[in-house]
Amino acid sequence: MDIALTGTVPQLYNPSAGEISERLGTIMSAPPKQNHGNDANKKVIIQLMFVVVGMFGFGFALVPLYDVFCDLTGLNGKTGGQVVMPAEMKVDSSREITVEFMASLNETMPWSFYPDVKSVQVHPGQPMKISYYVKNDTNNEIVGQAIPSLAPGLAAPYFHKTECFCFTEQILKAGEEKHMPVVFFIDPTIPKDVNVLTLSYTFFIKPGSEAAASLTDNSKHQDL
Amino acid sequence: MSAVIEEHHDHHDHKPTGIGRWLFSTNHKDIGTMYLWFSFIMFFIGGALALVIRAELFQPGLQFVEPEMFNQLTTLHGLIMVFGVIMPAFVGLANWMVPMMIGAPDMALPRMNNWSFWLLPGAFGLLLASLAMSLMGMGSAPNFGWTFYAPLSTTFGPASTDYFIFSVHMMGISSIMGAINIIATIMNLRAPGMTYMKMPIFVWTWFITAYLLIAVMPVLAGVVTMMLTDRHFGTSFFNAAGGGDPVLFQHVFWFFGHPEVYIMILPSFGIISQIVPTFARKKIFGYSSMVYATSSIAFLSFIVWAHHMFTTGMPVAGELFFMYATMLIAVPTGVKVFNWVSTMWKGSLSFETPMLFAIAFIFLFTIGGFTGLMLAMTPADFQYQDTYFVVAHFHYVLVSGAAFGIMAGVYFWIPKWTGNMYDESLGIWHFWLSVISINVLFFPMHFLGLAGMPRRIPDYSLQFTEFNQMATVGAFVFGFSQLIFLYNVIKTARGKSVEKATSQVWEGAEGLEWTLPSPAPFHSFTTPPQVK
Repeated sequence: MDIALTGTVPQLYNPSAGEISERLGTIMSAPPKQNHGNDANKKVIIQLMFVVVGMFGFGFALVPLYDVFCDLTGLNGKTGGQVVMPAEMKVDSSREITVEFMASLNETMPWSFYPDVKSVQVHPGQPMKISYYVKNDTNNEIVGQAIPSLAPGLAAPYFHKTECFCFTEQILKAGEEKHMPVVFFIDPTIPKDVNVLTLSYTFFIKPGSEAAASLTDNSKHQDL
Repeated sequence: MSAVIEEHHDHHDHKPTGIGRWLFSTNHKDIGTMYLWFSFIMFFIGGALALVIRAELFQPGLQFVEPEMFNQLTTLHGLIMVFGVIMPAFVGLANWMVPMMIGAPDMALPRMNNWSFWLLPGAFGLLLASLAMSLMGMGSAPNFGWTFYAPLSTTFGPASTDYFIFSVHMMGISSIMGAINIIATIMNLRAPGMTYMKMPIFVWTWFITAYLLIAVMPVLAGVVTMMLTDRHFGTSFFNAAGGGDPVLFQHVFWFFGHPEVYIMILPSFGIISQIVPTFARKKIFGYSSMVYATSSIAFLSFIVWAHHMFTTGMPVAGELFFMYATMLIAVPTGVKVFNWVSTMWKGSLSFETPMLFAIAFIFLFTIGGFTGLMLAMTPADFQYQDTYFVVAHFHYVLVSGAAFGIMAGVYFWIPKWTGNMYDESLGIWHFWLSVISINVLFFPMHFLGLAGMPRRIPDYSLQFTEFNQMATVGAFVFGFSQLIFLYNVIKTARGKSVEKATSQVWEGAEGLEWTLPSPAPFHSFTTPPQVK
C-alpha cells in the first residue's frame, strides 16, 4: 500500500535526490542526509499509520479499561463478582444498615420477577441470605441474565456477594418458577454516613434468545 | 496514465481535459476545488433539511412532518453539516492553500489525495440513499441524532443504520488519508528557510488539526465497528444483557467527539489569523502565542470529553475534574481572541467582505464560547442539557464560527483561485443579511433553552411560540441569503463583467501564496522559493 500511495506523480516537480536532500537539510535544520523525497514521505506515512492503528485499538481498549476503572473506583454502582466470606469477619453490631431490594425487567422480558422480601436490616460484617422469585410466564424456554446495580454507587466496593443468581445465566423452561438465593455481607469499613443500600436487579433476555421471547407474546395473550 | 505523465514533462502548464481531469486528478488545486464544491452542495442539502425542521417548528403542533421523519431530519442535518460541509470545506481550503503557502509544488501524496476526495461522494451517496429510501416509504433513515447513542442506534436502530455505519467508515478513511497527506506535505515540502515557526498560522492550525484527525477518527471507526458487531454478530459492547454498558458508548463516542469539535474550529482560527493582519495592514500580534494556544487547545480537547455526560451519574470528583478542565480551554481561546483584537488595534483597517466575516466570526464565536463556559458548569449544565440552549451554543460556534470562517476564507482567496475579483457589493449584501439573520435565528434559542424547551422534539408548548417564529424567519432569510453567495462564487469563477485580480490581490497581503500570479498556475512552485 505504501508503495502505491507514495508513488508521487513525478511530472509536477521532480527534483533529483541531491536537490531534495539539500532542501530537507535546510528545512529540518538537521545535518543533510541522503534522503529521497519519497522515503521521507514513506516514513511519515508509516509513523502515522502506527498512530491510526494504535488509536483504532485504543478505542477497543477503552472497553476493558472502562471496566477496570469502574472496578477500582466502584463507580457506576457495579458490584463485584463472587467473593468468599473471610473466616474472621468482625460483626459491627453497633450499626444497622437497611438493604432494600428491587427487581425490574428489561422491556421485552416476559418473566415475573420480584424479591421475596422488600428490605432487611443487617449489621456490617454479618452474612445475610435473601431470595428473589422468578417465573417464566411463557410456553417457551428462555435464557435470562440478571444485571445487578447498587445505589449509592460509592458504597458498591463495600458490598460483597458470596452467592448470587446473577453470576450465571438462568434457564427457565416454559412455566417454570423458582426462588433464587442471594447471600451477601457488608464490609464493616463502610463509611458511617451510609445507612441505606439499594440492590436492584434487571433481568435481560440473553442476546440470541430473543426469537423465543418474541414468539411468546402471542401465547401470553392467548393465556389471558 | 504513464502517457499523461510523459506529456506533463513536456508542457508544464498543460491541463488534462474533460471528466478525466477531475476523476483522475492528482492536482492539489483541482482536488481542492472538488472538495469545496462538494461541501457547497452538501451545505445546501443540509440547509434544506434545516429549513424543513424550522418550518415544522414555526408553530406548535404537527404541520409538515411526522415525528419519525423529524428525527431523521435532525440526524441527517447534523451528520451532513459536520462531516459533509465543515470538514470537506476545510480539507478543500488546505488543499488549495497549504502547498502555496509553504512554497511546495503540490501535496506530498497526490494520488492518495485523489482517493481521499473520491471516497466522499460514495460515503454521502450511501447516507443520502437512506433518506431517499425513507421518502419512498422503504423504512426509516438514521433517526437517532448525529451522536447516535446506543441503544437507539444498536438495539433500536433502523435497518438503514448499516448504511450509516459504512458511510462513517468511508468518511473516516477519507479524513485520515487527508490528514496524513497534509502532515507529510507540511513536514517534507516546506520551501528552504521556511522553519516551523515561520509557517503561516493557517498552516499551523491545519498541522495540529491533522494530528487531531489522526488521533480520533480511528476511535470513531472503532465505535461504529462495535455498533456493527453489536447489531449483527452477537457482541454486547453496549448491551447490558450481555455484560456491556450503554454509557460506555458515550465515553468512546465523546472521546472522539470532543476533539472533533476542535477539528471543526481550529482551521477557521487559522483563516481568521490570515485575514485580520491583511486588512489591519499589520503583522499578527503574538504569533508564537497563537501557535502555543492552538496546541494547548488541541491537547486539552482530549481530557474534557465527559462534560457532554454530566447527567449520566458521574461521581462528584469526575464532574469537578471535567468542569475545571473544560473551563481551562477558555484560557488559550481567550489568548487567540485577544491576539486578533490586538492585531486590529491601531491598524489601518479596511472592511472588505473577508474582513467583515472575520470580525463577525470573532464577535459571534466569542458569544458561543461564553455559552460554552456556562454549559461547562456542572450544576448549570443539569438545567441546560438537552435544551435549545445547547442548540444555540453549538450553532453559534459552528455556523457563525466555523462556517463564517470558511466563507471569509472563500472571499479572501477566491481572487487568487480564479484570477477575478468577486462582486464586492454582493459580498457585502451577503454578509449583512447573513450576520443579521443568523442572530435572529439562533439568539432566541438561548431564551427557549433557558425556559426549558427540549431539543429534537417536533412539537412544543404554546409559550415557546414567539421565539420559535423569530428563529424560523431568521432561518429562511439566512438560508436564502446563501444563494447570493452561490451566485457571487459562480459569477467570479466565470469571470465575466468582473475586475481582474492582481497577484497580491489585497494591499496588506503577505506570504508566498501572494507571490504567485492570479489565477494561480496549475502547478504552484516548480522551483522552491527562498524564504528569508
